[in-house]
Amino acid sequence: MNGGHDLGGMHGLGAVNPESETDEPVFHHSWERRVFALTLATGFLGRWNLDQSRHARERQHPIDYLRNTYYENWLAGLQTLLVDSGLLTEAELQSGSCGKGFPDQEIVLTKKEVKAKLQEGKSVELPVAEPPQFVIGQEVIVVNRHPIGHTRAPRYTRGRRGTVIHQHGGHIFPDDHAMGDRTGQHLYTIRFDAGELWGEDNAGNEQVYVDLWESYLTSDGAKQ
Amino acid sequence: MQDDHNHDHDHDHDHDATEAPSEIELRVKALESLLVEKGLVDPEALDELVDTYEHQVGPQNGAHVVAKAWVDLNFREHLLASPGSAIASLGYSGRQGEHIRVLKNTDSVHNLVVCTLCSCYPWPLLGLPPQWYKSAPYRARAVSEPRKVLEEFGTQLGTDVSIQVWDSTSEMRYLVLPQRPVNTDHLSEGALQQLVTRNSMIGVETLKPFSDTND
Repeated sequence: MNGGHDLGGMHGLGAVNPESETDEPVFHHSWERRVFALTLATGFLGRWNLDQSRHARERQHPIDYLRNTYYENWLAGLQTLLVDSGLLTEAELQSGSCGKGFPDQEIVLTKKEVKAKLQEGKSVELPVAEPPQFVIGQEVIVVNRHPIGHTRAPRYTRGRRGTVIHQHGGHIFPDDHAMGDRTGQHLYTIRFDAGELWGEDNAGNEQVYVDLWESYLTSDGAKQ
Repeated sequence: MQDDHNHDHDHDHDHDATEAPSEIELRVKALESLLVEKGLVDPEALDELVDTYEHQVGPQNGAHVVAKAWVDLNFREHLLASPGSAIASLGYSGRQGEHIRVLKNTDSVHNLVVCTLCSCYPWPLLGLPPQWYKSAPYRARAVSEPRKVLEEFGTQLGTDVSIQVWDSTSEMRYLVLPQRPVNTDHLSEGALQQLVTRNSMIGVETLKPFSDTND
């Protein structure tokens, strides 16, 4: 979706103003710690996946997304996921008190399991039967498509020409994953010249590399 | 805008008696109580999650990988060819680091990492991302005007240096292998590790020549 999260190339946002590396705390407020931990812990309930969780944040009104701090966006996303999955009701969220219904027996992350679960991670590789359609060194064009659901093809790449520089094999396709479906597609790293993306007047000796799934790409109209 | 909130750092002294809890603090507390009451989260697991990323996993892990790659050529080759297995051999793996690539800086190539769509970042190697990495200005501008962004970090690169920006749109995570600073031939791996900054592994800075006086 063309939401408030798809920021590459946006103007008017000001300077980066980084805090000094040695002074910056991991969390700036106590409540941020809790939002972070609640998001991870409820994620382990297995009711939603990473792309659904990203999509829940992206679905906010763009004004809210941009006005919120980072962890305010996490909180907004978490509340959406809890209600959508039926773990909490809107009324419970609003009142802060428990209604009558309790969710079915859930397998809850315990302190003892935290280390192992984090260390184990979750691979997103998913073998694809068909061979990759594009080869390294080939020119491709990003399909100019504007899906209303979750997607990981940034707006600034659509319709642009790039070169395949890496094949990663099959990875879970995020557009389907955000709808709860687990399908695999070949993933590639595509190199774009800055001039192709931002216009020759704005570009110097720079390239942008973007990981893109096979169905985001086409060879129609590209140099053979 | 996200970075406008930077002004009110309380740097997180848990219970500041002179300040009433903010609206959001109360809202988060209420949500946590609700989830505990429903049996959906274990408060001790929450504390453990926070402790892991606040005190255990951080850029010292990435610095270990980088320093080892500087002193141990076999490891360096292994790291560049099969980053996942090289990094796992030092004990780093897991969430948000399942698929890793290492980007080598040279005299003519400088790599810079961003996630324009959210905040993807190699957690097992660098911990949680700093606020600026997640901010709208960095996400918007790192891809479209990387040289200006680098200047805001005090990093000036000649136009002969090609800047390669990596937008982390998939579950691939990127770690920059910065160039070893000048004047460090005599330093041990442990001493080198201390010189590797988090920012150099994201690619917003290069490492300054070593001198005994810069502390």
